[in-house]
Amino acid sequence: MTIQENIVKAGAAPGSLLKNGLTLNDNRNRILKKTTDSGYYGGLTELKFKESDPIGFERIFSKLRAGLVNSREVAKKIAASPIVEQEGELCFTLYNVAGDCICTSTGIIIHVGTMGAAIKYMIQNNWEDNPGISPGDMFTNNDCQIGNVHPCDIMTIVPIFHDGNLIGWVGGVTHVIDVGAVGPGSMSNGQIQRFGDGIQITCRKTGINDTPMRDWLHESQRNVRTPKYWILDEKTRIAGCHMIRDIVEETVVEEGIEAYETFAMEVIEDGRRGLISRIKAMTIPGKYNTVAFVDVPYTHEDVHVPSPFAKVDTIMHAPCTITIKSNATWRLDFEGCSRWGWHTYNANPVAFTSGIWVMMTQTLVPTERINDGARYATEFRMPKGTWTNPDDRRTAHSDAWHFLVSSWSSLWRALSRSYFGRGYLEEVNAGNSNPCNWLQGGGINQEEEIHAVNSFETAACGTGACAVKDGLNHAAAIWNPEGDMGDIEIWELAEPLLYMGRKIKTNTGGYGKYRGGLGFETLRMVWGSADWTMFFMGNGYMNSDWGLMGGYPSATGYRFEAHKTGLLDRIKEGQSLPLGEDRDPDNPDYENHLGPDAIVKRDKQCITTEAIYENGDLYLNYLRGGPGFGDPLDRKIEEVREDLNENFVLPEYAVKVYGVVISQDSEGDWTVDEAKTIARRMAIRKERIARAVPTRKWMEEERGRIMDKKASVQVQQMFASSFFLSEDFLGKFKSFWDLPDDWELKEESLGIPMFGAKHHMDLSELPDVHPVVFCEE
Amino acid sequence: MSTYTKKQVKDLVDGDLDWDTLHKMLSMPKDIERYSNYVSVLQDQVSWDDKIIIPVGPHLYIVETVKDKELVTKCRCGHGFGDYTLNWKLNALVYIRDSEEKMNQVYPKLMAPDTDWQVYREYYCPTCGTMHDVEVPTPWYPVMHDFEPDIKTFFDWVGLPAPVNA
Ligand SMILES: [Zn+2]
Repeated sequence: MTIQENIVKAGAAPGSLLKNGLTLNDNRNRILKKTTDSGYYGGLTELKFKESDPIGFERIFSKLRAGLVNSREVAKKIAASPIVEQEGELCFTLYNVAGDCICTSTGIIIHVGTMGAAIKYMIQNNWEDNPGISPGDMFTNNDCQIGNVHPCDIMTIVPIFHDGNLIGWVGGVTHVIDVGAVGPGSMSNGQIQRFGDGIQITCRKTGINDTPMRDWLHESQRNVRTPKYWILDEKTRIAGCHMIRDIVEETVVEEGIEAYETFAMEVIEDGRRGLISRIKAMTIPGKYNTVAFVDVPYTHEDVHVPSPFAKVDTIMHAPCTITIKSNATWRLDFEGCSRWGWHTYNANPVAFTSGIWVMMTQTLVPTERINDGARYATEFRMPKGTWTNPDDRRTAHSDAWHFLVSSWSSLWRALSRSYFGRGYLEEVNAGNSNPCNWLQGGGINQEEEIHAVNSFETAACGTGACAVKDGLNHAAAIWNPEGDMGDIEIWELAEPLLYMGRKIKTNTGGYGKYRGGLGFETLRMVWGSADWTMFFMGNGYMNSDWGLMGGYPSATGYRFEAHKTGLLDRIKEGQSLPLGEDRDPDNPDYENHLGPDAIVKRDKQCITTEAIYENGDLYLNYLRGGPGFGDPLDRKIEEVREDLNENFVLPEYAVKVYGVVISQDSEGDWTVDEAKTIARRMAIRKERIARAVPTRKWMEEERGRIMDKKASVQVQQMFASSFFLSEDFLGKFKSFWDLPDDWELKEESLGIPMFGAKHHMDLSELPDVHPVVFCEE
Repeated sequence: MSTYTKKQVKDLVDGDLDWDTLHKMLSMPKDIERYSNYVSVLQDQVSWDDKIIIPVGPHLYIVETVKDKELVTKCRCGHGFGDYTLNWKLNALVYIRDSEEKMNQVYPKLMAPDTDWQVYREYYCPTCGTMHDVEVPTPWYPVMHDFEPDIKTFFDWVGLPAPVNA
């Protein structure tokens, strides 16, 4: 992180908050400088407290960690939103005076760093002078340009004092159901700029004397569609923060302020060392090159956006080079990423540098000790102007996850190569699913109230295959390791949508020696709504995950919706109904149970904007599966038989992909002929050799297509945007394909609008604004 | 620190390890000697004598040749893919699924990528036909060179003498 010294100090009373007499910013700069100079957090070459009194150190850690976890559990009961109360989309984190995370609760721990970024923003922009920081204050933030992931994650931040001195901060975050964006739902699309992305709160002082201010309460609740949930979510955050503040105050009384403050520094250096020792214990040093993509199909007629320059198909491109160094620190370099865009999937560096730990706690650092120390052992590089670090203050972020989860899937593969090489096969994971679809919408609900919905069934997608076992079916999402699909009865209370069925989605797990976990699908019929819209959000034309070491990626998504279904009549007349079981899209079945006038949309357009739904209309929520591991021909015959009998794979694809020779008995049970299967698999290996060509020969053909500029516009736009931002990526591309020096590909040649490509204005250009820089740019 | 027998590591490799032990492997600090046990188990499974240095797939390894102590990538069937610093995929066979029809051999309609956006590239061993990797990039994308290990430092980390040509 860079040191920002030139802040305006007009009227400040330096040192009024800290015992050491420094301003908050000077104090933070001093820590950063000591860290940079020494290579140890805050210059702590020794952990004197931890080493001299390990029991005392652990006692403080345990009190704080238990306090954070417990406060989260208690506070979550206050919320009424099923996103918080059922799905656990909340998190509490404790920070030292510099805004570095000491310890966090369970939950959506991506916010370890996002709330820290907000605290650092207040520190760097002299909040201590104006609006002032006093005991009993509360600050609210959801600004993505400061470091929030998306606007629906609302943070409450409370300073903690002892004897009149600031000793730290506690932050609480909940994922609210609606933020008053152009479209209803917490991660809506349709808006293409910040100005339609919902309410934006920039570290605003929203409470004094432990009480929210009335102007804030009146203003905020009328800016969202779901004020009841909004108010209870805020009470949840405040209650949790205050509980944790009490625990810190008690700890200070019991252990002494000096011990607490020493702990609050040493624990971060300890976290830094912890990551280094895990890297050394589990990985192989070297360079890992990986890449991910996801589709943004905006030319389709069902995508309605306010501005014509957003009507383009684009592709998110996220190459990453991970270098694990000989000193067991590491560097993640995203050179070559594509540009930010006019959609809601942009991220910012903190969403990355903080967010990545929600993934790492599921693999490299599966410990309760995650804090900002890990970040100090990690170098990030997010080139300015890319979707990871926009250089324009107009960008929208409401579903930054669409890009984040897609790009992170490739990081699992890189780490898994390490684990595989060292024999830690139990840690190998082919990657995460693309956790979608996001069922969202709103209008007037079954209670005659203004409402918005965002189904978090997404929290239970299939997981990636391991090198020793299959992925888990309908189990988790990368952003919340404690994922849960939620109870049907609760969702039916929260949404005017009846469940026609909820089933495992056949063929969604990527094939392999070990297959990816399967996703599931729920078919919802609109019921009891007055004026109602819904839309889809997910991947369709592309996969974001790949398989690993011969495994296939998971199935991509598709969309199914039906209008004028005649279902209400069919129910009255006792005719057959679509009951949420549509196993084989080669032979679709839902359509067989609809009236003659039904309008069905069944296609790969998995991003849409608000469409009108009448009672009786259908919406398929299809939650994706995970990628596979290893050559499918290595899958144990017994396991393919089980897949068949559990409806995890369609017989046709078991035959084609797994090479099994099968038969079905009169009861419908499948058996696999072992001898014939072994022979068939030998034959498939020969067929592969016969149909394939040497890679270098294929490269000559592909080179010809590149010379002739033969590729879809969206593919060319992706390359052109990355080339424009990265000489390095362009150079490597030309060198790999052996292209002539004068070969070029410019976005201008594609005949599509390119607003923002050349003309843009960064947040830092606003008067008196000093953004905190968190990574190399 | 937990330790495991070679038999347990073999069961792990074969996918036959009991859940209790597997769970212990997941939840306890890692056993540094795993690497030695692992390559020893794998060495027993191959028919050739070159020394396995880093497994890079279920049937693909960086090995040190007996003859010249060269480090090369090698298939379980014995097929050699060349120097380990080069991308083995460039010496493999490749099959591109770049049409709806070819995708439909693998996934039902609508459940595979649209090939205007993305293709599958399946890399096979030219000798035994094992599928060592499936890439899923856009058309035009350079072949990914997935992994460039620093073998010398790695052997230092696991406390073993490094191959002479690392
Ligand atoms: Zn082979």
